[in-house]
Amino acid sequence: MNGAFAVLKRELRGYFLTPVAYVFIVIFLISANWLAFGVGFLYERGQADLSPFFTFHPWLFLFLVPALSMRLWAEERKSGSIELLMTLPLKAWQAVLGKFLAAWLFTALAITLTFPIWITINYLGAPDNGAILAGYVGSILMAGGFLAVGSCLSAGTKNQVIAFILSVIVCFVLLAAGYQFVLDAFSAWLPPIVVDGIASLGFLTHFEDISKGVIDLRDIVYFGLLIGACLYANTLVLSIKQAD
Amino acid sequence: MINCKGLTKQYGPLRAVDDLSFCVEPGEVLGFLGPNGAGKTTTMRIIAGFITPTAGSVSVCGYDVESQSIQVKSRIGYLPEGAPCYPEMTPLSFLRFVADVRGIQGSKRASRLDEVIGQLHLESILEQNIDTLSKGFKRRVGLAQALLHDPDVLILDEPTDGLDPNQKFDVRQLIRSMSANKIVVISTHALEEVSAVCNRALIIARGRILADDTPEGLEQKSRFHNAVTIKLKNAAETRAVNSAVTALGEVASTEIDIDAGRLTAFPAPNQRPLNAISQLAAQENWDLAELHLESGRLDEVFRTVTGGAST
Repeated sequence: MNGAFAVLKRELRGYFLTPVAYVFIVIFLISANWLAFGVGFLYERGQADLSPFFTFHPWLFLFLVPALSMRLWAEERKSGSIELLMTLPLKAWQAVLGKFLAAWLFTALAITLTFPIWITINYLGAPDNGAILAGYVGSILMAGGFLAVGSCLSAGTKNQVIAFILSVIVCFVLLAAGYQFVLDAFSAWLPPIVVDGIASLGFLTHFEDISKGVIDLRDIVYFGLLIGACLYANTLVLSIKQAD
Repeated sequence: MINCKGLTKQYGPLRAVDDLSFCVEPGEVLGFLGPNGAGKTTTMRIIAGFITPTAGSVSVCGYDVESQSIQVKSRIGYLPEGAPCYPEMTPLSFLRFVADVRGIQGSKRASRLDEVIGQLHLESILEQNIDTLSKGFKRRVGLAQALLHDPDVLILDEPTDGLDPNQKFDVRQLIRSMSANKIVVISTHALEEVSAVCNRALIIARGRILADDTPEGLEQKSRFHNAVTIKLKNAAETRAVNSAVTALGEVASTEIDIDAGRLTAFPAPNQRPLNAISQLAAQENWDLAELHLESGRLDEVFRTVTGGAST
């Protein structure tokens, strides 16, 4: 576990030693607020809740999170430092977990830094703060899902552009699986149980449940399983590459 | 002890390492020699556990590299080819990271850090970003990382590449001073390095072992071994001297390097013509600029053994 923690610490510091952290946080905060106020009409709606803010998170993450995850392994492969990392006395899962948790903590920090919008809404009215907290939890969980997918895909290549594009595509599929228009396309020719299955595999179904303020164990389990499965696949990719 | 048995690594149609078997004992400093693409780096990567072999096995200190990789990796200090590092870090934070991963804690951590920083003279650049360092400093940071846990086994892929002559001398001293009870495996293109630090040399090409000997043993394979080179102050006399030297029973043949004005006399089988030639020189009153015994030339052995081949 110490090994995973050492990797986590190094990675997390790494974000702030390069412009990555600052660029990411600034772009994220500007876009999240612009989407909430400019596109979601948070102010004009006259309702004291943050749903116009959280609604856009999946789409924001679709592009921003792969930009963060694409470098996790591809950069190490490109620079050769992966040879150093993988010859230290670390289990592959420790390196995978350390890197993932550092990226996740960093994303959680960026999401938390949107707190002025929470202060604003509390100033404007009397929102259900429990629901807002749930929205934040859902948002962070979903970012974790995106990151785990991206980390796994990054492990297979030394090209960050490829890692980015693949991650956006896979995350888009996972995201779109929960949208009604996608489900309608399937329901025409698939039995309802399969359509429900597809819907339940999507990010959106689970994210929307949580962001409405209902933290259901199943939704948490969903993200937990998704993250676990992706990180496991990530270690498999590393060992396949090792024998390649 | 490192024990490699039947190591084979196949990259698509290319067989980078081909049924390689050898043992290295503590106290040995093994030099890997070979043309580019001979399989040196691949072999070292397999021993260090970075890649898995297609066939064959490696054990280090009794542990199997594939099934007991953590035990193996904690006993090895490894400098990968090109000494990759994390460019955004400083040498100090990088070495602290390696110490954390290796579980070196407390006062041991501080003393080990001080020791390797001193051994590799990193004091002046500890707080500078690694990507701004010169090639020589980067290499030394990589070496410091490999020495940090005072490992029983050192695998160093081209440890002195990119260093200036003084730094090369320092690093070779360092390797020699540590080698008494360790296993050291280095790869190098610098043949003088083999004579300077190694007590055993493996020449490999196309993934196979072509020679396995001490550096002195390899030098003895050279046709220059026990040859005598003469240079006269007056180059015009070289031809006369040549015929006198050729007439000696101890000399099999001679070669004249016109440009350098040197005459080299190669020994007849099991002969050392040095005494005969120096007596002759005294008798005949040759006006000598140089007279020396050749110990054998590694570069020539290297070319002969590898067939002048680069793959």
